[in-house]
Amino acid sequence: MLARTQQQASTAPWMAERTTMTSTDGVDSDAARRFRNAALPYLDDVYALARYLLRDAVDADDAVQECYLRALRHFDTYRGPAIKPWLLAILKNVCMAEFARRNRQPAPAEAELDESEIPLWQEPEATAEAALLRRADGDTIRRLLDGLPQPFRETIVLREINDLSYREIADIVGAPVGTVMSRLARARAMLRTAWNAEERS
Amino acid sequence: MTCDEAEILLHALIDGELDAGHARDIEAHVATCAACAEKLEAFRTMRAAMAEAKLKQAAPAQLRARIAAALTVPAAPLGIARQSALTTPRAPVGKSWRTFFGGFAAGGVLSAAVAASLMLAVIRNDQGRELAGEVVSAHLRSLQAGHLTDVETSDQHTVKPWFNGRLDVAPPVIDLTAQGFTLIGGRLDYINGQPVGSIVYRRRKHVINLFVAQQLGAAVRNTKEASVQGFNVRHWREEGLDFWAVSDIDGAELDEFVQKIGAALHPPAGSS
Repeated sequence: MLARTQQQASTAPWMAERTTMTSTDGVDSDAARRFRNAALPYLDDVYALARYLLRDAVDADDAVQECYLRALRHFDTYRGPAIKPWLLAILKNVCMAEFARRNRQPAPAEAELDESEIPLWQEPEATAEAALLRRADGDTIRRLLDGLPQPFRETIVLREINDLSYREIADIVGAPVGTVMSRLARARAMLRTAWNAEERS
Repeated sequence: MTCDEAEILLHALIDGELDAGHARDIEAHVATCAACAEKLEAFRTMRAAMAEAKLKQAAPAQLRARIAAALTVPAAPLGIARQSALTTPRAPVGKSWRTFFGGFAAGGVLSAAVAASLMLAVIRNDQGRELAGEVVSAHLRSLQAGHLTDVETSDQHTVKPWFNGRLDVAPPVIDLTAQGFTLIGGRLDYINGQPVGSIVYRRRKHVINLFVAQQLGAAVRNTKEASVQGFNVRHWREEGLDFWAVSDIDGAELDEFVQKIGAALHPPAGSS
């Protein structure tokens, strides 16, 4: 499924959707109203994920808007009660298209990381770690999260910020639950290491 | 429990994803292992600090206003037929997100099997039914993700070679346009983590996905046909390939489709 997501992002039909999705023509006003009532309460969730995935405020704005228009288009096929993961899955797809666009540009692509090469655990120096952890403020933690490699960043953000279950995360990132668990463990270990380093510097 | 297992599972404990039995197991391990106890404590502290730090950036008011305005559309004439391949039939689309999310309606996510074999998260107790569910999920994804076809053409001689090199099998691509099932293209999909060819047909406004793979429920004997969340599913196996047809057209029509595919695969002797 992961492979499929990547493939989606790189194929022309998917990219072409962007142009057809920027208008709400053809959606009746009743459906639009129901969609607004159901989906708008999750705007902050969608926006926060977009910020962490794209690490750019302007791109996040665009992606969120695209996500809502795309979701509106597909709202007639939506039946389940959990609208938040549905919206976040659409956002993730929008972001994959954005990553593909960025990758086509001459700017250096984000380094690919072999997950197995990242140590699951690094011993922090033995001092009052809990106190250090508590001292970090929101801006610092956000910056540290932004520094995590993409698969780990998205997993920990979906868990800690969007408050999704492992199963919901697995469906959004297109990986088995076991992979989500190991990514989350690594993400937290990396974050903890970075956090300790930060507080000691 | 070993420390390696605890390494992963202590996160599931923190996240409330463990059932009572496994929560007890890891708590028992932590009680006797200082290193794991320290990690558990550190990650709990970290999680609490993150919860307190309000890391969720609120959407800017301007963006909120823009989206709210975009969603307030004037009454538009209904019944505009959308032309693109994204078109999804409006009526009987079942409980799509329940299906899409597979078993997550089942509640407690981490079952015994997950903990027992840490990385093996997928358990199949009723393989045929599960697989039919996966096939319907793949069908729904193809409709929802705006990605119905990778290669969009009604020419079977374009679709068939497109699969070359993308799959280790050559799925038969049969043009049934003359018989009322329009070939609209092909797509590479994944079901249960394995690549699967899908040949996409349209019957009136309804999409039919015909999934073809070398091993996709070959052992499943009892799922010849099924109805999952309002979708009809047909499975059969021939010439070493598994075929799954799924659509929201009614069962009789899907049977007709299957029968026509079968007839094209095995032209009666003596016919031209």
